[in-house]
Amino acid sequence: MTVTKGESAREGADDKGDMTGGAGHAVPGAGDGYAPSERRLERERYKRARARRATAVAALSTLVTAVVLYLVVVNAPGWPRTEETFFSAQYAREAFPKVLEGLWLNVRLLLICGVAVLVLGILIAVARTLRGPVFFPLRVLAAAYTDFFRGLPLIINLMIVVLGVPALRLQGVTVDPVLLGGTALTLTYSAYVAEVFRAGIESIHPSQRAAARSLGLTNRQALRYVVLPQAVRRQVPPLLNDLVSLQKDTGLVSIGGAVDAVRAADIIVGRSLNYTPYIVAGLVFVALTIPMTRFTDWVTARMDRQRAQGGSI
Amino acid sequence: MSTAPQDGSPVLRMESVRKTFGGSVVLRDVDLEVAPHTVTALIGASGSGKSTLLRCANLLEEIDDGAIWLDGEEITDPRADQDAVRRRIGVVFQAYNLFPHMTVLDNITLAPRRVHGASRAQAEERARELLERLGLSGKADAYPDRLSGGQQQRVAIVRALAVRPRLLLLDEITAALDPELVGEVLEVVRGLKDEGMTMVLATHEMGFARDVADQVCFLDGGVVLERGTADQVFGDPQQERTRRFLRRIVEAGRL
Repeated sequence: MTVTKGESAREGADDKGDMTGGAGHAVPGAGDGYAPSERRLERERYKRARARRATAVAALSTLVTAVVLYLVVVNAPGWPRTEETFFSAQYAREAFPKVLEGLWLNVRLLLICGVAVLVLGILIAVARTLRGPVFFPLRVLAAAYTDFFRGLPLIINLMIVVLGVPALRLQGVTVDPVLLGGTALTLTYSAYVAEVFRAGIESIHPSQRAAARSLGLTNRQALRYVVLPQAVRRQVPPLLNDLVSLQKDTGLVSIGGAVDAVRAADIIVGRSLNYTPYIVAGLVFVALTIPMTRFTDWVTARMDRQRAQGGSI
Repeated sequence: MSTAPQDGSPVLRMESVRKTFGGSVVLRDVDLEVAPHTVTALIGASGSGKSTLLRCANLLEEIDDGAIWLDGEEITDPRADQDAVRRRIGVVFQAYNLFPHMTVLDNITLAPRRVHGASRAQAEERARELLERLGLSGKADAYPDRLSGGQQQRVAIVRALAVRPRLLLLDEITAALDPELVGEVLEVVRGLKDEGMTMVLATHEMGFARDVADQVCFLDGGVVLERGTADQVFGDPQQERTRRFLRRIVEAGRL
């Protein structure tokens, strides 16, 4: 055992390049005297050629697709009018700085609501999994909450909270459309996120809970130290998905009059009857979403790699 | 099912196989030949590369250098169809790796139906026949989590056999089992040997290896340090390291 270990450690130096494949292994004779065989070199030559061929095919196919798309769009009937109404450079220049200014509000809403949604979501999810007769009303309330707010259209929720609540003229309750809008978003999204967390909790194999309980952990401790950490990790991709969705829906607070990116574009459209500002605002949201989507993909891929038991098929 | 040559040429042949993970060399230079209808036992310390060797043979790991042939056809050629190769090899894993969302019967008939084009009736008939033979006839509609470890492992063996593989790879199949369940699984392997199945098994069950193997290979330091019949390797080991390994096994009461 010790002998084996000592040897592999000593030989460890010579194969650094192997994982990168291809040209990296130009250290024949190092360590255990290993030199790549002709067979290996031939194999790698073939793989490189195959990779080159694949790249070339992909490039050609992309080029053809792009040209076809371009021709179809430009030759479509009504393109000149579409271009003027939706893609006017003049209005785009006018709208862009205002939209960006408004976007700051969306970003702040996203950050604050995002945190609130995660905290509230996990609390509701845990409430639904609590055992014991004392917690019965809590379980029912949590279930009713998720059922109600997942079913309620977000736009109705927003109108009730943002437009309806100020009409009550309650003392000490804000009438700020941003705060109220954020509240409405949090209400709806924490219902979604609670379900994501609950699905995660339930996806953990019962044997994990059994192992934790048999160590003498209470139900709550098992949840806290064993089940939740695994559940949360597993649910990161769907959670980020909901976060991306929340980011877009922050634009809906504009219905209360808050000047966010959408409202900023709306003001210019109302004045000019040219729809380019909407496109600008839309693209700004897309530009904001793409990094988050890529981040989601990256996190997912990294987690998959960590979990895989060596070698991908 | 396979168009295997019957002239005694090896079912599986490895030549100068090298496999590294990051900086560590797991297999340095491995040669191996497995004749038809024989059982080869791979023994050696944990981490000596037994499992890696099996995973390389099934193309679950890509080897760095060397070559592997199945029935005379080089399967490590990048032009080879990996799925076609794997269709001819059955694998049984240490942790069973049954699909928990399927019944035993569905676990077994998945590959025959989806990969080998058998009809549901054909696949189920063969599955039930195999289950019966392995003493599991009542379990066809159970889910894997409901079975004992020994039963799960026997189901995994049935799953591997259902496609009539040319070669069966068994990776420490009793390592996760209670001692009293080990016997029932090894009995199954012994039965397969009597039927002429070609098998390569990585194992810590030295008594069993000695009993069932036609060829025993002792892996150490990334090479097959010693090979021979069970009597040669266990009875009269030539290498000092083999002797030391076997001594430790005896001290642990495993031989």
